[in-house]
Amino acid sequence: MPNMSLKKNEMPAQAPDVRSGNFLEVALGYTEALAVDEAARCLNCRNKPCVEDCPVGIDIPAFIARIGAGEFEAAYEIIARYNSLPAICGRVCPQESQCEGKCVRGRRGEPVAIGRLERFAADYHNSRGGEAASRPAANGHKVAVIGSGPAGLACAGSLAKKGYQVTIFEALHMPGGVLVYGIPEFRLPKAIVRAEIEGLRAMGVEIVTDVVVGRSLLIEDLMEREGREAVFIGSGAGLPSFMGIPGENLNGVYSANEFLTRINLMKAYQEDSETPVYRGSKVAVVGGGNVAMDAARCARRLGAEVTVVYRRTEKELPARLEEVEHAKEEGVVFHTLTAPTSINGDKGWVASLTCQRMVLGEPDASGRARPSPLAGSEFTLVADCVVMAIGTSPNPLIKATTKGLETQRWGGIVTDESTGQTSLPGVYAGGDAVTGAATVILAMGAGKTAAEGIDRYIRGGGAE
Amino acid sequence: MALIVRREALHPTLTRLDVLAPLVAGRAEPGQFIILRVDEEGERIPLTVADFDREKGIVTIIFQIVGATTAKLNRLSEGDEIRDFVGPLGQATETPDEPGKKTAVIGGGLGCAIAYPIARKLWQEGGEVHTILGFRDRSLVILEDEFKSVSGKTVLMTDDGSYGQKGLVTDGLRQLIDGGCQYDGVIAIGPLIMMKFVCQLTKEYGIKTLVSMNPIMIDGTGMCGCCRLTVGGKTRFACVDGPDFDGHEVDFDEAMARSAMYRPFEARRREAECVLLR
Repeated sequence: MPNMSLKKNEMPAQAPDVRSGNFLEVALGYTEALAVDEAARCLNCRNKPCVEDCPVGIDIPAFIARIGAGEFEAAYEIIARYNSLPAICGRVCPQESQCEGKCVRGRRGEPVAIGRLERFAADYHNSRGGEAASRPAANGHKVAVIGSGPAGLACAGSLAKKGYQVTIFEALHMPGGVLVYGIPEFRLPKAIVRAEIEGLRAMGVEIVTDVVVGRSLLIEDLMEREGREAVFIGSGAGLPSFMGIPGENLNGVYSANEFLTRINLMKAYQEDSETPVYRGSKVAVVGGGNVAMDAARCARRLGAEVTVVYRRTEKELPARLEEVEHAKEEGVVFHTLTAPTSINGDKGWVASLTCQRMVLGEPDASGRARPSPLAGSEFTLVADCVVMAIGTSPNPLIKATTKGLETQRWGGIVTDESTGQTSLPGVYAGGDAVTGAATVILAMGAGKTAAEGIDRYIRGGGAE
Repeated sequence: MALIVRREALHPTLTRLDVLAPLVAGRAEPGQFIILRVDEEGERIPLTVADFDREKGIVTIIFQIVGATTAKLNRLSEGDEIRDFVGPLGQATETPDEPGKKTAVIGGGLGCAIAYPIARKLWQEGGEVHTILGFRDRSLVILEDEFKSVSGKTVLMTDDGSYGQKGLVTDGLRQLIDGGCQYDGVIAIGPLIMMKFVCQLTKEYGIKTLVSMNPIMIDGTGMCGCCRLTVGGKTRFACVDGPDFDGHEVDFDEAMARSAMYRPFEARRREAECVLLR
């Protein structure tokens, strides 16, 4: 008998007033009993609408059925067939606009908590020492992957499973890309990222840190030296965008990338950290995506009063619903229909923002209502720290040093969507380097697609 | 990990390290920089490449002991390893396309270590090089012989007159120009305040001037945006667009304010580091 409750089982979490003072993980995960009970809400639909909207195509009803039967390791094994980083996706996927958005149970009541169940199965597996995936038989072919973020890790994992000898080149000193420099500890504990990366290493994937492709080595070096037959570019998002308003270079103004990198990668939230971060007492975060929520919640944990400034309404916030709810519970204040027009300084440091009210008009090219300023609505928002979280543009290094690599006018690498192939033979790409800033799971999906493309290319003898 | 193969104390506050880093040495060009982390807990700091030997795979860095990280770096000996050493980063200094151009290379203090490989490259490419070097006092003079070997004329200035001429590099440059030297370009590398005043002077004379900016950085690869500065009214990133910029376009006052952002933090850490050593 299915569990006909209209609501998902709540996931135990740290209380808002406690967690806003620490960097420990907010959501604590289902217990076995909660997971089995939630799994019973799945109707095991024959046409599986949830799977359609999963970028990596996990057989969702199948793994949920195993959880329902108490066979948690078997559930993990099903997920792992499709997804090499389930503990991460269970935490950071925007399930409401993917699998859960299509769930039949969601037509009346809440959808099945697919993300929470995925997380449960992965954590169950990892907490038991995560029986390392056996090393597949080598097929004698070598592939290089640039970047160890979600796209690169997914591509490397898929290729390793097919027996390829994969080397990942990472520019930073630690692998993980945005999973370690961007997404905060309280949303995605770094121990989980490390465990997933160790899993790839156990499959034979080699990770070389401190190598900037486009500077230390070029793509042609990766191909010609050591006989690699293909390269995957997963170099991720690049330079942060700024609004171009006065005062953006004042002291106390951060890009979200810088603010989050200092805090997450360099651990500046710890008292004894050797890397500084300026902890304002009143922080304004400009933007409404997941990155803006991460920055706002970090600033809150560093002890500031935090305001999110967003130019559309709350309904249009691009962030995951859960992140917005968590931010609010933790005391982050939202100024919607508001846009800054200048950042005002005092002796070189931020003192306030001048903002104006916005009104929403007709939908723009992105399909969202276009905001326009309301004349005479200027007001001052006091802030001693501003974090600009309004997106990034692709990193120019690889484009500038790789002859014949076609890019869009805005810098994204041009690929064939079905294979990930770029304009150069044997060179594939995926993730934010191709699409511009998107989600972890879309990057992973692109990495996986490219792995299939690379496999066909190499098995076809180097011509597709 | 990068092995320190040679260490030389140039002065109580200046140290030279030769580091085994074949990937960096393989592609380094004058004007580029590296990012290093001394140990697992270390911060990432940028340092300019002072020299490189492609065949031996060795990169030379010269650093001034100014903060806790450089103090920690200074405690490493030959045979020790630097935890992370990545590069070469940034764009190489552009030298004139045709030989015979006359360039004044100006180095201030530690900036001389960065200016030297550039002067040498200009010289090797058949350019005419004059160098003007400025130091606080005699004890801090570095690379004098090296500069002399690649320069038609070398002028040495000290703030206190203890060596060479008493005065600033701008005094030296003005003397040369007023004495009839016509430069096609000036390259100035040193403290921000020095570069600012060199640029003011060369603007007066209408001489194109390249400066090498060294702002605070974290990743150094075009991700965090920490190293941004205003050049010609636009925001540019020193790590991917620079570190060299047209000095007449750089907003030096903003760059100076930004470089001071963490000074209180650095002072505290330096103090803690000193207590540790007592």
